[in-house]
Amino acid sequence: MFHWLEKHPFFFAVAVFVTIAFAGLIENLPNFAEASQPTIGTKPYSTLELAGRHVYIKNSCNACHSQLIRPFKSETDRYGHYSLSGEYAYDRPFLWGSKRTGPDLMRVGNYRTTDWHENHMKDPAAIVPGSIMPAYRWMFKNLADIDTAYAEQVTVNKVFNVPYNKPIPMTDGGTATVKLAGSLDGAKADALAEAKMIAADMKDQDVKDMVANGQVPEIVALIAYLNSLK
Amino acid sequence: MENRPLEYDYTIAKLWMFMTIVLGIVGMLIGVILAWELAFPSVNLIAGEGLAEFTNFSRLRPLHTDAVIFGFTVSGIMATWFYVGQRVLKVSMAESKFLMVTAKLQFALYLLAVVAIVGSLLLGITTSKEYAEFEWPIDILIVVIWVLFGIQIFGLIGIRREKSLYISVWYYIATFLGIAMLYLFNNMEVPTALVSGAGAWYHSVSMYAGTNDALVQWWYGHNAVAFGFTVPIVAMIYYFLPKESGQAVYSYKLSLLAFWGLMFVYLWAGGHHLLFSTVPDWMQTMGSVFSVVLILPSWGSAINMLLTMKGEWNQVATNPLIKFMVLASTFYMFSTLEGPIQAIKSVNALAHFTDWIVGHVHDGVLGWVSFMIIAALLHMAPRVYKREIYSKSLMNTQFWIQTLGVVLYFTSMWIAGITQGMMWRAHDEFGNLAYSFIDTVTVLHPYYTIRAVGGTLYFLGMFMWAWNMYKTATAGRRVEESELQSASPMAA
Repeated sequence: MFHWLEKHPFFFAVAVFVTIAFAGLIENLPNFAEASQPTIGTKPYSTLELAGRHVYIKNSCNACHSQLIRPFKSETDRYGHYSLSGEYAYDRPFLWGSKRTGPDLMRVGNYRTTDWHENHMKDPAAIVPGSIMPAYRWMFKNLADIDTAYAEQVTVNKVFNVPYNKPIPMTDGGTATVKLAGSLDGAKADALAEAKMIAADMKDQDVKDMVANGQVPEIVALIAYLNSLK
Repeated sequence: MENRPLEYDYTIAKLWMFMTIVLGIVGMLIGVILAWELAFPSVNLIAGEGLAEFTNFSRLRPLHTDAVIFGFTVSGIMATWFYVGQRVLKVSMAESKFLMVTAKLQFALYLLAVVAIVGSLLLGITTSKEYAEFEWPIDILIVVIWVLFGIQIFGLIGIRREKSLYISVWYYIATFLGIAMLYLFNNMEVPTALVSGAGAWYHSVSMYAGTNDALVQWWYGHNAVAFGFTVPIVAMIYYFLPKESGQAVYSYKLSLLAFWGLMFVYLWAGGHHLLFSTVPDWMQTMGSVFSVVLILPSWGSAINMLLTMKGEWNQVATNPLIKFMVLASTFYMFSTLEGPIQAIKSVNALAHFTDWIVGHVHDGVLGWVSFMIIAALLHMAPRVYKREIYSKSLMNTQFWIQTLGVVLYFTSMWIAGITQGMMWRAHDEFGNLAYSFIDTVTVLHPYYTIRAVGGTLYFLGMFMWAWNMYKTATAGRRVEESELQSASPMAA
């Protein structure tokens, strides 16, 4: 049979393709059939948080930080409860990472504050002596891309049914609603209001001034995202 | 019937050879910069505070992996295809105008993609999925380039004189099909500007969410290694080692077994990237088990190659090219043993997220992939340029410098990774964590420095290679193809 295949390239290619596609079908499809249900308390991202997530992605933070706590005592001691599939239901893309040059950030919102992040992004080694993380000073000047964050919210809402403007069950038995503005201007106003609350906890005067002038620097959006990781 | 040997047309092969060398140097230069940045963070400011955004570790890191995978390696695959393909199918590129035109178009579009990728990654335009960072416009461009590659393969096969496909061609076909399937499915994304009418035009959102996204990504990520770093490089060694050594492939049956085994088993192993994650347990187990099974087909090809040298081991001492290829085979065996060990659940619990994985990737890529591509191009150069290799002793020096570089690289990363893993999990006698995270960072400094030195040595070797290739093309002693048929053309 193999000699025959080697003389018939078309059938050879078909045979190869079937052989390699087989495993993908068996391993990938079942999980897609039962797409992960969000765990109670898992909310979609707000506009500002999503803009911050884009800053995180833009700077490949996931190259050095994981967002996946494995079920080992050492990891749950260090980072908190191990990861559950449903907690990632609104993560497009997933940001588990593959290398921990720095610590895991899955629940960093539980143990770091706005103030800590601000100082750390400016000069990591001053906050954590011995840190090899570079400084991210340009995030204090560059403006966050609220437009694209809003575009993504609209897209996932339309295409994937991500529940914006709908009550989401929370762990305390109540509900919460994440707002998706009806227009880009509305989204910008919402993001700015959220940014003002973050900037109030920050020290950098330039950042405070920018937010007061209606601008949202990348660092503010990023901190909003990091604070949401719980 | 013609009696004189075919005149092959190497116009396209030459373009890709040049590209392989340039992108090899660029990709590894970025790697070296990254290694020094990890050892000495101030190197992040190598071009000053103003440009820090673009010389920062986080921006350069995806550029490094993509430059080495899609730049250096893929160019090497193309360079060897446009050489090997003609020879084993007994047909010249010059016989088909269509193939020549599409091949040139493919190369031109590839150049365009390189510019777009470098620009976008430096600007931080990325989807963040490893080795699939490009946004949708570039993805479409890549698909077109890849389809053109398929046209080259099947076009040349279509007009072939040799009816039976040589083993190398099997592997090139598999490379084409495998990457096509993986790339398409992993890069399914929805352009957000098209749906919402707002935001950046190039931005997209993944079709898959959370655990599913991870599943597809590592099905892709692991098998991009399969069909980018394993399969095409096996294609090369199956052609170049027998050719250079003048020995026939040791066993046809073993080739068959290894090929079909590899095709079947490799794809299952992707799950080993997701052990102890939130993907279903049975998938993790499958990934783990099949990774171990994968040793068989991998070692099958490698042993087949090493046994091809049976009775001819003296060539290792006299021919640096054989040395490169035998070491490549050895590193292949080494790497495909190390991988399955890391995929065993208990080992993975320690190794995952650490530098040991980085070490594993690099002993594979530096020891196996790069050594094989370097050797293949050095074998091709005299035949393509009709000139003798410029310097055999330079080849020898390059071999030893690079070997030393790889050894420093993987040994330091082993120690670093295992140290890191052990420190993360250590508890004191009261059951509290023994170390804070930063302790596990600072302790690695000496190993990071050794790695940077090893990487720099390897990088130096790349220059020797480039110089040797350049001098061969321009200043080597002229030699006719017929003289090269049986002997390996070496200058003293």
